[in-house]
Amino acid sequence: MNRNQWIVLVLVALLLAAFPMTGSTFYTQLITKTMILAIFAMSLDLLVGYTGLVSLGHAAFYGLAGYTLALVQPKYDPMSIFITLPAALAACALFALVTGWLVLRTRGIYFIMATLAFAQMAYFVFHDTGLGGGSDGIYVNNKPVVGVGGTKLLDLDDRAQFYYLVLVTMLVTYLLLRRMLDSNFGRALAGIRVNEHRMRAIGFPVARYQLGIYVLSGTLAGLSGYFAALQFGFVNPEILSWHHSGAALMMVILGGMGTLHGSIVGAFVFVLVEDLFKDQGVFGAFAKHWQLMMGALVVLVAVFLPRGLAGLGAVLRRRRAPETAAVTTTASPAPTGATPTGRASAAGPSTDARDA
Amino acid sequence: MLEVRSLTRRFGGLLANDDVSLRVAVGEIHVVIGPNGAGKSTLINMLSGDLAPTSGQILLDGQDVTALPPERRSLLGVGRSYQKTNIFRGFTVRENCRLAAQSRAPHPWRLLRGADRYLDTNRLAQQAIAQAELTGREERIAGTLSHGEQRQLEIALSLATRPKLLLLDEPLAGMGAEESQRMVELIRKLREAHAILLVEHDVDAVFALADTLTVMVEGRILASGVPTEIRRNPEVQAAYLGEELAGE
Repeated sequence: MNRNQWIVLVLVALLLAAFPMTGSTFYTQLITKTMILAIFAMSLDLLVGYTGLVSLGHAAFYGLAGYTLALVQPKYDPMSIFITLPAALAACALFALVTGWLVLRTRGIYFIMATLAFAQMAYFVFHDTGLGGGSDGIYVNNKPVVGVGGTKLLDLDDRAQFYYLVLVTMLVTYLLLRRMLDSNFGRALAGIRVNEHRMRAIGFPVARYQLGIYVLSGTLAGLSGYFAALQFGFVNPEILSWHHSGAALMMVILGGMGTLHGSIVGAFVFVLVEDLFKDQGVFGAFAKHWQLMMGALVVLVAVFLPRGLAGLGAVLRRRRAPETAAVTTTASPAPTGATPTGRASAAGPSTDARDA
Repeated sequence: MLEVRSLTRRFGGLLANDDVSLRVAVGEIHVVIGPNGAGKSTLINMLSGDLAPTSGQILLDGQDVTALPPERRSLLGVGRSYQKTNIFRGFTVRENCRLAAQSRAPHPWRLLRGADRYLDTNRLAQQAIAQAELTGREERIAGTLSHGEQRQLEIALSLATRPKLLLLDEPLAGMGAEESQRMVELIRKLREAHAILLVEHDVDAVFALADTLTVMVEGRILASGVPTEIRRNPEVQAAYLGEELAGE
């Protein structure tokens, strides 16, 4: 990362760190939820933006982790986070490994359908069987214990402490993923995204790399789902539904695919704008049609900002200095998600999700 | 180095390759020529693993690689270039070659180590760039290079994987006279350390390069041997080379 990016990151971190001091419980909770969704969106961006695999079943991992927490922890006794979290992540990794092995044999629209199908299967397992309380869902009565020996390190019942745990997790996730994307693995993914055929010809076992990122992405989605289940103290089949997968895709597209920070921006815009559009004080009776406005926003961004909100800066710069901006944007070796395939895939799912 | 035994490929009723056998040794340039539709591309695609043969065998240093996918063959020392330039257009020349070199020491699980910090990989990439005479072009975006330079990068990509066998699919495709000459010189320099199989339909351009010349017509080998003899072969003249060479 260059100096300006570090400055922005530190500023954002400081702002978010200071936010609970405003004293608004409602908004502190909302931002906690948003940061959890930002981790979820970043995990999806690894597939959509960086590997060129558009998944419409990502909520399966998110939900599976939540259900794992709810089911592994005894009903009336809290359990250590050092047991429940690894259990949730392992469940997601395993699910990703098995489903990934199958869905990665498909491409394009078929990949979308296959991921959607697996997620719907997971949805109906929890919806139609008594395993997780059926369609009513199941409570997570106790927050897991964060402690070593007898010492409690964090109290997850404390909203402020939980807020900071999520904030730090989001920032660390972002930084680690940035490093990962610049590693051999990340660079190979970039190559696979633009030219899978040539990558094979120069000796890369493409399928294994794709399975690797699929498992990593699914596990990270599991981390966000675990936190979500913790925050709400409740899981139900809706968290596995395709609406939820679609919402994550919209966050990634709104923010800008293949940028990572775009996913964070996308999650914040998505949640806060939803909150605004639902506000009857602002939109009156029309607020109940908030999904209409949301759809319009996504269409506008998809049409006028194909690189998402994260690409807004570049668009403005180009308008001011067409020559130099054009050179710098094409010269960037990092995937920008503005390739023809990236655009085409962006249009499909956003239309689907809008109908939700 | 490379031994091909009765390779056959059918596309439905069409016999694209019919009982093709040939050998290529290190230090040798084996040129396969033939008119369009003779099955040259089918042959090279089977050798690189992009296409599975219907029957026959491909041996690399005595090892049967017929069933191996392209990436496994690449790791065994097969490098190929494509007739239609097949590079990472949005990446710099350096990143193109670095990525190719990375495949020799992939370390995919060192997730937090920057890719540019592998010195051997960087060195290998730089060597390939120098060999393909692209020095000074490292930071250029591949898609902005001239056609001739893109063809050179196409070769550099294979060279960065340290191949023993080079499969060159019409390396002179779409090139002007001057660019062609440079490419011919480049290939000549590669002969020493590699076994090279080169497919071309313009025989004049590569005649001087060939140690062995194989003529394919309608999926079959019509003749194979020392270039000057092949040139005199009346069957070859009738089928492919035409009047102009007969008159020489």
